[in-house]
Amino acid sequence: MNTLTISPSPHIHSGDSVKKNMYGVVIALVPALLISFYNFGLGAFVVTATAVISCMLFEHLIQVYLMKQQTTIWDGSAMITGLLLAFNIPSNLPIFIIVIGALVSIGIGKMSFGGLGNNPFNPALVGRVFLLISFPVQMTSWPAPNVLPFTYTDVITSATPLSVMKEAIASGELPTNVLDQIPSYRDMFLGLQGGSAGEMAGIAILLGLGFMLFRKIVTWHIPTAVIASVFVFTGILHYTNPMMYAPPMFHILSGGLFLGAVFMATDYSSSPMSKKGGIIFGIGIGVITVAIRVFGAYPEGISFAILIMNAFVPLIDKYIKPKRFGEKPAFAK
Amino acid sequence: MLKTFSLGGIHPPENKFSAGKKIEVLPVPAQVAVPIAQHIGAPAIPVVAKGDVVKVGTLLAKSVGFVSTNIHSPVSGSLLKIDDVLDSSGYRKSTIIIKVEGDEWEESIDRSTQLKKEITASSEEIIKTIANAGIVGLGGATFPSHVKLSVPPGKTCDILIINAVECEPYLTADHQLMLEKGHEIMVGTQIFMKALKVDKAIIAIENNKQDAIKHLQSLSSAYPGISIEPLKVQYPQGGEKQLIDACIKRQIPSGKLPIEVGTVVQNVGTTVAVYEAVQKNKPLFERVVTVTGKSMTKPSNFLARIGTPISSLIEAAGGLPEDTGKIVGGGPMMGKALVNTDIPITKGSSGILIIKNEESKRKPVQNCIRCGKCITVCPMGLEPYLLMTVSDKAMYDIAEERRIMDCIECGSCSYTCPSSRPLLDYIRLGKGKVGQIMRSRTK
Repeated sequence: MNTLTISPSPHIHSGDSVKKNMYGVVIALVPALLISFYNFGLGAFVVTATAVISCMLFEHLIQVYLMKQQTTIWDGSAMITGLLLAFNIPSNLPIFIIVIGALVSIGIGKMSFGGLGNNPFNPALVGRVFLLISFPVQMTSWPAPNVLPFTYTDVITSATPLSVMKEAIASGELPTNVLDQIPSYRDMFLGLQGGSAGEMAGIAILLGLGFMLFRKIVTWHIPTAVIASVFVFTGILHYTNPMMYAPPMFHILSGGLFLGAVFMATDYSSSPMSKKGGIIFGIGIGVITVAIRVFGAYPEGISFAILIMNAFVPLIDKYIKPKRFGEKPAFAK
Repeated sequence: MLKTFSLGGIHPPENKFSAGKKIEVLPVPAQVAVPIAQHIGAPAIPVVAKGDVVKVGTLLAKSVGFVSTNIHSPVSGSLLKIDDVLDSSGYRKSTIIIKVEGDEWEESIDRSTQLKKEITASSEEIIKTIANAGIVGLGGATFPSHVKLSVPPGKTCDILIINAVECEPYLTADHQLMLEKGHEIMVGTQIFMKALKVDKAIIAIENNKQDAIKHLQSLSSAYPGISIEPLKVQYPQGGEKQLIDACIKRQIPSGKLPIEVGTVVQNVGTTVAVYEAVQKNKPLFERVVTVTGKSMTKPSNFLARIGTPISSLIEAAGGLPEDTGKIVGGGPMMGKALVNTDIPITKGSSGILIIKNEESKRKPVQNCIRCGKCITVCPMGLEPYLLMTVSDKAMYDIAEERRIMDCIECGSCSYTCPSSRPLLDYIRLGKGKVGQIMRSRTK
C-alpha cells in the first residue's frame, strides 16, 4: 500500500482550471476572428499572429529572465491579451507598432503588477490606448472591409460609422439623415462596417458570449449592464433631442461596444468579484462610453470607459458585498 | 420546480456506487475500541474499569453536563484497558478497549423486529430516554440529540425537519436505511414530534433517491402530519441552515440556531436510532456505514458495531485496493482523511471512502485569477477569496467583519476554484483565530 495522504477536506475537485477558462475564452473569440479574416484577409491574419506571438514571447521573457519564475504562457491568458489587442487595432497597422503595443500590454499592463490575476487594468486596453495616443494617425485609418483581400497595407481607408456620425453632427447634419450614409443596422450587426479587426460583427461576439455563458466562464451581469445602460442613456438623449443625438440602436451596434462589453469588461482580474459589483461596474462603463462618444473629442469611448471603471474595482469590491445568508427578514409569524 | 436553498451550491458527480446495496450485518470483530469522545461536547467519564465484564448495551461511560452523552458497549466481553488511541481526528483520544466474548445483549433490550407503532412515553420521558441512550446526530455532526429537543424557554418550535438529503457524493447509508426501515423512520419522526410538541414534520429527500421518496410517500398516509419533500439535488443541502431555507424558506440569522426560526432538524439515521431507543430500549451502539470508492470491488452498506476497526469494513467490501492513496472517514466533501486502517467506527461515521492514489493529491496552487466563482458557489454568501487572503495576512478584524464565522466549511469554494487554491484551509485557520479573539472579548 502507498503512504496515505492526509489533507483537510474537500477531497475532490471540480476539475476546473485556469487553462480551461482561458482557452474557453479563446474559443469564444474564434467567430469574431473568422469574420475579421473574412473582411481583412491577410491583414487581419498578420496583425493577429504578430500580436499573439509577441504577447506570449514578452510574457515568457519577462517571467523567466526578469521575474525568475516558471513560464505560464501556456495558460492561455497571454494568448487572449494578444487576440484582444489584435481585435482592437486597424488591420493594416505597421508591425513594429503592434509589437510595441504587445510590449506595453504585457510588460506594463500585466507583468509589472505581478502577472496573472494581479493586473488592475485590462492589459489589451492598456496597450491599445497607449498606441491610440502615441500613433493617432495610424490607429484611426482603417482599411475598408473587402472579401478575403491578400494585400497588407490597404490604400483605401474607410471611416467607422461612429466617426462619420460624429463629424456629421458637428457640421450640423441631422443624425437620422446620417443613417443613410452608413451601413444599415443589419449590416453592422453582421460585421459589414469599417473598424478595428475584431470589433465589427455583433453577431460573432454574441455567439462567443453564448459559449462563455454556457461554459460558465462569465456571467451575464457585466455585458448586459454595459449594453443596457448605453441603450438607456443614448435613448434618453435621442428622444429628448433627436436633432442632436443618434438613436440608441446606432450606438449599440457601432464601434467596439459589443467587443468591449463581452470580452474586455469581463476580464477576470480587472472586474469586480461580486455580481452586484459587476452590474455597477457595467453601468459605469456604459455611462462613461456614451459621455465620451457624445460629448468628448473621440468618436469611440469604450476603451477609456473600461479603463476608468477598472480603477474603481477595488472600491467596488470593498463596499459592495454579496448577499449574505440570513440577512433577509428571516421569519415573520 | 423542485425546491432548493437560495444561495450558491454545487453539484459534484454523485458516484453513489453502493446505492441499492442491502444493508449487511457486519460480523462482530475480535476486539473493539470505543472512544469516550464520539460527540460534540464534553467527553463522557468511564464507569467501568479494566477486567470488567460487559454485555451489549452496558453503559461504559457517563455523560458530564448537558452537552455530552452516554457511551454504551457495542459488544459483550471483558474490558482489556482504557488507553489513548488514534481516532478519526488524527489525535490520540481516551478509548475503551474490549475483548469480544460471544454476543450477549442486556436483557432490557427488545430484540424483536416487530414494529411498535404506539408511543406511550411522554415528551419529557422521550427526551430523557434519548439522552440516556447516547444518541447523537448521525449525519456526521454528532451533536447530542436531546439538546436539540430541549427547546429553550422563550423559543417555540412549530415544525420538525428530518434531514434525509444525503447530499455528500458516494454515501448511501441514509438512502438504504429509508428503503429498509421506512416504518421505523415514520414512528421515529412521530416520537420527535411528540417530544417537540409539534404537529407538522417534513422528511426532506433529494430527488436522486426516487425509490426512497416513493416508498416513504406510500407510508406517510398512515402517519398524520408527516409530509415528504423531494428537493433538487444540490450540495450542501444537508447543511442545517441550507435545509431549513430549502424546505420552509426561513433563513437562520448569523450565529443563531434553527430554533430561532421555529424549527428543529434531525438526521434520518438518528430517527431510526431514536425509534429503537424509545420503543425497543436499545441504546446507540451500532450504525449503518457506507464503504465505497471508485476502486472498491464491492461497494457496500454495513450495519457495524461502534468500535469496529475500519479495516474489517474495508475487508468485507472487497479489501483495500493496491493503488489506494487516501482513506476518508465520511464523504468526500466534508470527511476527514484517516491516518491508518485501525481507526474505529464511531457514532459519526457515515462512510468510508477509498480514494485512488492519482486522485488523492491536490493540484498545484496557482494565482487567484479573480473569476469570482468561489463567491458564486458559497451557500452562505461569503467571499472565500477575500477570507483566505485576510486569514493569511492575519487581518482578523476584516475577517470577522466579512463574517468568516458564518462559514459552514462545506468546501464548495475549494472544490470549485480553477486555480486549486486551498481556500477552506485558510478560512479554517482564520475561523480558529477569530473565534479565539471573540471569546477573549466576552471574558
